[in-house]
Amino acid sequence: MAEISRDTLLWIYERMRLIRCFEDKVAELFAQGLLPGFVHLYAGEEAIAVGVCAHLTDRDYITSTHRGHGHCIAKGVDINAMMAELFGKATGACKGKGGSMHIADVSKGMLGANGIVGGGGPLACGSGLTAKVTGSDSVTACFFGDGAAEQGTMHEAMNLAAIWKLPVIFVCENNLYAESTPWFYHCAARDIADRGVAYNMPGILVDGTDVFAVYEAAGEAIARARRGEGPTLIEARAFRYYGHFQGDPLTYRTPEEEEEYRRRDPLDQFRRRVLERNLLTADELDAIDARAREAVEAAVRFAQASPYPAPEECLTDVYVKYP
Amino acid sequence: MPELTFREALRQALREEMLRDERVFLMGEDIGAYGGSYAVTRGLLEEFGEKRVKDTPIAEAAIVGLATGAAMGGLKPVAELMTINFSLLAADQIINHLAKIYYMFGGQFTAPAVIRTAAGWGQLGATHSQFLEVIYSHVPGLKVVMPSTPYDAKGLLKAAIRDPDPVLFIEHTLLYGIRGEVPDEEYLVPIGLADVKRPGRDVTIVAYARMVHVAMNAARELEAEGVDCEIVDLRTLRPLDIETVVESVKKTNHVVIVEEDWKSFGVGAEVAARIAEQAFDYLDAPVVRVGMLEVPMPYNRNLERHVVPDEADVLAAVRSVVGSRV
Repeated sequence: MAEISRDTLLWIYERMRLIRCFEDKVAELFAQGLLPGFVHLYAGEEAIAVGVCAHLTDRDYITSTHRGHGHCIAKGVDINAMMAELFGKATGACKGKGGSMHIADVSKGMLGANGIVGGGGPLACGSGLTAKVTGSDSVTACFFGDGAAEQGTMHEAMNLAAIWKLPVIFVCENNLYAESTPWFYHCAARDIADRGVAYNMPGILVDGTDVFAVYEAAGEAIARARRGEGPTLIEARAFRYYGHFQGDPLTYRTPEEEEEYRRRDPLDQFRRRVLERNLLTADELDAIDARAREAVEAAVRFAQASPYPAPEECLTDVYVKYP
Repeated sequence: MPELTFREALRQALREEMLRDERVFLMGEDIGAYGGSYAVTRGLLEEFGEKRVKDTPIAEAAIVGLATGAAMGGLKPVAELMTINFSLLAADQIINHLAKIYYMFGGQFTAPAVIRTAAGWGQLGATHSQFLEVIYSHVPGLKVVMPSTPYDAKGLLKAAIRDPDPVLFIEHTLLYGIRGEVPDEEYLVPIGLADVKRPGRDVTIVAYARMVHVAMNAARELEAEGVDCEIVDLRTLRPLDIETVVESVKKTNHVVIVEEDWKSFGVGAEVAARIAEQAFDYLDAPVVRVGMLEVPMPYNRNLERHVVPDEADVLAAVRSVVGSRV
């Protein structure tokens, strides 16, 4: 922790707080009936996306999941464009054509939230291969959930990345439930990280509520990938505070479990630890909290004031060249 | 003009495009050292090295997904799926990812990957004898090409590699060995353009891939009976060049559509519907379709021959149509 610069510490807290505020606001808007569709919220898992993306620049890539808002924010996607996308507005990141599950940003190397569980693994190999072929030192971080860990695509992707030594890190966000199915039921391995052995790559289990642990593990894995030594599998265990999607009755988990994880809240942990060590001040952190809340309110105002796409917009972007 | 096999024409197209553009690379199962299951890529590993001719594990979803990611990153992947039957293992990556990247992300990313795959039959049994071009032709965002001659195969593959959109390029396994004229000089065949392979006055036969040759043979026989067939080779299924078909129908007023696939919900159904919408008043007889029997492909040779449409089926269909000539 001591070797993390002040600027990085501030950035980490700012990004985690922005994700939390964004997701809490989305939950509120959804409950008010102001947002359509499915929203899958990332609150509780902030330390994973932020701990990984702290090592990445705009030239690095990420692939994401249906629970992608946190990845977008950690990778620097503009929250005005994200919120507008959720509202289906023309100013959205994808012109209102993608929605919550399909936010992408080419300028940030964000290859898209992904509505298909396990869909991002093969794509991550593709951006990894691009980096390798063009001789750039870009790394791709492939985020996937414990549910996706059981998909064949993730096996195909991890094996391929390993045999070709692609600069990809596989970050399994084990939030304990694949929709409603507990991971100890759906996963034959003791830890998902154990599967690294099968691909001859390091498999590391970290506490996904501890941003310092994630930061350290991801730093090593990303450095290894940049050195051309191939992929790493990181399993980061955390807890999603909201349901699988908004409207999920959450009948499958216990209040004790939630209480335990609330005690380990990633933002509270961070505050406690940096304050104990006098690395940042409470005033600094409070100021970040206030700015994040205001930024999210501004994003909502921006989204609500933005126009809907014109009807004819539905016919654009199908093909680059037609016929 | 030199004569090449369909297979050689495809190999020339790949080689020329790899020489022209260093972003172009090939990937697929057994395409490198082994030279490809249908020998299309033979010799290319030796010439271009393993950075540009990449053997993959048997992992179709990863092959297509990797091609998609690489295309989004600026490379020009030409991925080979050994046969279209195995494309079903990658259907999610083709339909949910590759086809939708450009639209769903609001035009931010293009995904100009080419997926080459083979389709055909020959006592291979039900899981290895399908066409399935209809599944992919159904999907907006994809382009689907199915050539019939070495000339078209080369020109269309080169066009596919240069195309800014994803292209599924389907090669008929029973055509790999046929020979045809292919000029030495560079040319492209545009995607989305049908071709009149034989001009005629009396009846339009719409076909594609191997069925073009079956129709040509039937046309020669019908000529002796005084029936002059015009053969329209679709070449590209999506985008479908219905204008060329409609123009032909306006001239001949009679249509037979021949497809080497199940007729239900198929290419013939689509073409017939478009003709009904755009040229109904020009029809002097109902549109007739020729296709495969609606069964999984049997293994036995006699049964298989019975299932696949042949020249006799085309002859019967044309005779039934022109018999009602007014």
